Amino acid sequence: MYRTHILVCGGTGCHSNNSGKIREAFEQQIKEKNLQDDVLVVGTGCFGLCAVGPIIIIYPEGAFYSCITVDDVPEIIEEHIIKGRLVERLLYHEKALGNKVVKALSDTNFYKKQTRVALRNCGVINPEKIDEYIARDGYQALIKCLTELDPQQVIDIIKSSGLRGRGGAGFPTGVKWQFAKNQNNDTKYVCCNADEGDPGAFMDRSVLEGDPHAVLEAMTIAGYAIGSHQGYIYVRAEYPIAVERLKIAIAQSREYGLLGDNILGTGFKFDIELKLGSGAFVCGEETALMTSIEGHRGEPRPRPPFPAVKGLFGKPTILNNVETYANVAQIIMKGADWFASMGTEKSKGTKVFALGGKIVNTGLVEIPMGTTLREIIEDIGGGIPNGKKFKAAQTGGPSGGCIPAEHLDIPIDYDNLISIGSMMGSGGMIVMDEDNCMVDIAKFFLEFTVDESCGKCTPCRIGNRRLLEYLDKITSGHATMQDLDDMEQLCYYIKSNSLCGLGQTAPNPVLSTLRYFRNEYEAHILEHRCPAHVCKKLVQYKITDNCKGCSACARKCPVNAISGEIKKKFEIDLNKCIKCGQCIQTCRFNAIVKE
Amino acid sequence: MSKIKLTTVAFKGTAEQEAQLREVLKEIKASEHPSVMTALQRAQSIYGYLPVEVQSIIADTMGVSLEEVFGVATFYSQFTLNPQGAYAFGVCLGTACYVKGSGEIVAKLEECLNLKDGETSSDGRFSIASTRCVGCCGLAPVMTVNKEVYGKLTVKDIPDIVAKYQQM
Repeated sequence: MYRTHILVCGGTGCHSNNSGKIREAFEQQIKEKNLQDDVLVVGTGCFGLCAVGPIIIIYPEGAFYSCITVDDVPEIIEEHIIKGRLVERLLYHEKALGNKVVKALSDTNFYKKQTRVALRNCGVINPEKIDEYIARDGYQALIKCLTELDPQQVIDIIKSSGLRGRGGAGFPTGVKWQFAKNQNNDTKYVCCNADEGDPGAFMDRSVLEGDPHAVLEAMTIAGYAIGSHQGYIYVRAEYPIAVERLKIAIAQSREYGLLGDNILGTGFKFDIELKLGSGAFVCGEETALMTSIEGHRGEPRPRPPFPAVKGLFGKPTILNNVETYANVAQIIMKGADWFASMGTEKSKGTKVFALGGKIVNTGLVEIPMGTTLREIIEDIGGGIPNGKKFKAAQTGGPSGGCIPAEHLDIPIDYDNLISIGSMMGSGGMIVMDEDNCMVDIAKFFLEFTVDESCGKCTPCRIGNRRLLEYLDKITSGHATMQDLDDMEQLCYYIKSNSLCGLGQTAPNPVLSTLRYFRNEYEAHILEHRCPAHVCKKLVQYKITDNCKGCSACARKCPVNAISGEIKKKFEIDLNKCIKCGQCIQTCRFNAIVKE
Repeated sequence: MSKIKLTTVAFKGTAEQEAQLREVLKEIKASEHPSVMTALQRAQSIYGYLPVEVQSIIADTMGVSLEEVFGVATFYSQFTLNPQGAYAFGVCLGTACYVKGSGEIVAKLEECLNLKDGETSSDGRFSIASTRCVGCCGLAPVMTVNKEVYGKLTVKDIPDIVAKYQQM
């Protein structure tokens, strides 16, 4: 028994902020003080509040320390571990409470409104130890399935829970499994989509890093339900920590007889292999992902035949996303009714969002379906930093759309998000403030899709490029109102004619910004003005009366566009100015503005 | 997919690297579902990039055309046909970083290193690549130099970071 546990976050956010070295420092100094029998240092998965990382939590007190550096370690050991006094200066401070110190993680606004199902073990267990997963009822669901339920009963539970695919489209998971089960074939495959490609989304990575066994257990249950003996996890190569932990988890499961030829002595055979992606967004599309597992260019195939009939290597295949799997074992254990009691009429359970962009509490949040956007952004997210005004929240990545302030009170579920022109997507949520130009954001996503279009079908390959050209024209002030209409028409054409989900949803960022922020497009076209001062070609630099005439900017300007007399207001020659922004950075009096 | 740039740097593969590659390919070919993509991943971890010489070995050994190997190598963004610099600068252009100004970070880096995004300096010391979301959105905007991560960057931080590596 240990009297104290020090939990050090080992998620990617904290890891890149040196949490690995912090953990080593704790381990080493605890050994030096001869406390290794009393204090255990545990590397965990993501706690969620990445904005204040690296995070450590010390139990039994539940003290929540944020923004820790290696230099803080001796003080924490000396004060907290040895003398039992909290290190006040390092405790997490909540700005909304007027900097009142909040002690425990669960007391913070960030966590209070969350319900953790898919993330229940993240930040709680050591993901590299199967025993810790088992201690939290891990693999109980698999035992129940193999010993008490027949495959059809398993599928019926998943069906009546109302679980829908968390990868974006929201197809009912149980129905998908049923299709595959109904196929008469000796070889079937269970695949896991861990190719989280939406920029700004890291939900799946956090589950894989924090609770890899939950995914392995669910895939094995799925294998039992549909009659498959082989699973594949297709994981992004950009996620080295997740890959490493999955490797460890698979090896431990095999060793415990939870994967292999005779699982738990029941005679059921199932194994899982990792397949690394190589960075192609289109491989998040199910048929493209399977083509990629086969080793080819990840191009989508026309459907039908659907993967449940003819998928990987031509065999019946089910493909679910990481977060979908993370719910399965708990649905089996706690029952379909428990799961269906959370959420809205057509969207059950919880959803994990990766909150990022212009928000105080960047991080990972899990909320019951039906929570409003306002609760996520204002209560959990802590609002917009620097006193700026909220402009839009982007969900669904390059396939989704921007939600304006007027829809902040809509309950989040699959159908509501589609009705307001966005989509659930895999769960990235990027918050934007008044400094973001919505035309520029649409252009950013289009650049992404143009780059990631696989090139197989013409509407996507050429259509999206034309769309990007329209946006280029608008952001440089050369477009006409006719261009705006033509661009909108093209959007609908691409949506209805592309082969796969990538092309069918690629125009969404343009359409949703056109729907809610048409005035910004019109300002670019009619007034040659970028209201947020982002689009470089439409921005002019000006020196205001704050200028003290110190000449610092003039000396810095690479094209000598600034001139004037010392101690008098300087001027910028707009014909020479290349809008590089060096002058703004140099000025100590905030005397240069963009207009 | 992005534009394909073929390298002008001469191939300097060693006999040991080739022996290692052939060993790996033998193993892949013997597996149930031999995959060109897996072969390329392994090859890139041996050579650091995928010159045409290496692609030819893969095509011959796997019994597929060079065209198919090239097709796969140019489809995925993780594969590179150019050698990376000794100090490889990567700037995250994921959405969270982008809305916090990572576009300007790339521009500043290009200016400081006198290189364009996607290029490697002629002495092989530096390269710049804008990357997809690296997933630590809490640190946005983020830049990586080899395995070192720099977070919460501003344009003002860039010259000092670059200078640090130029002096190494």
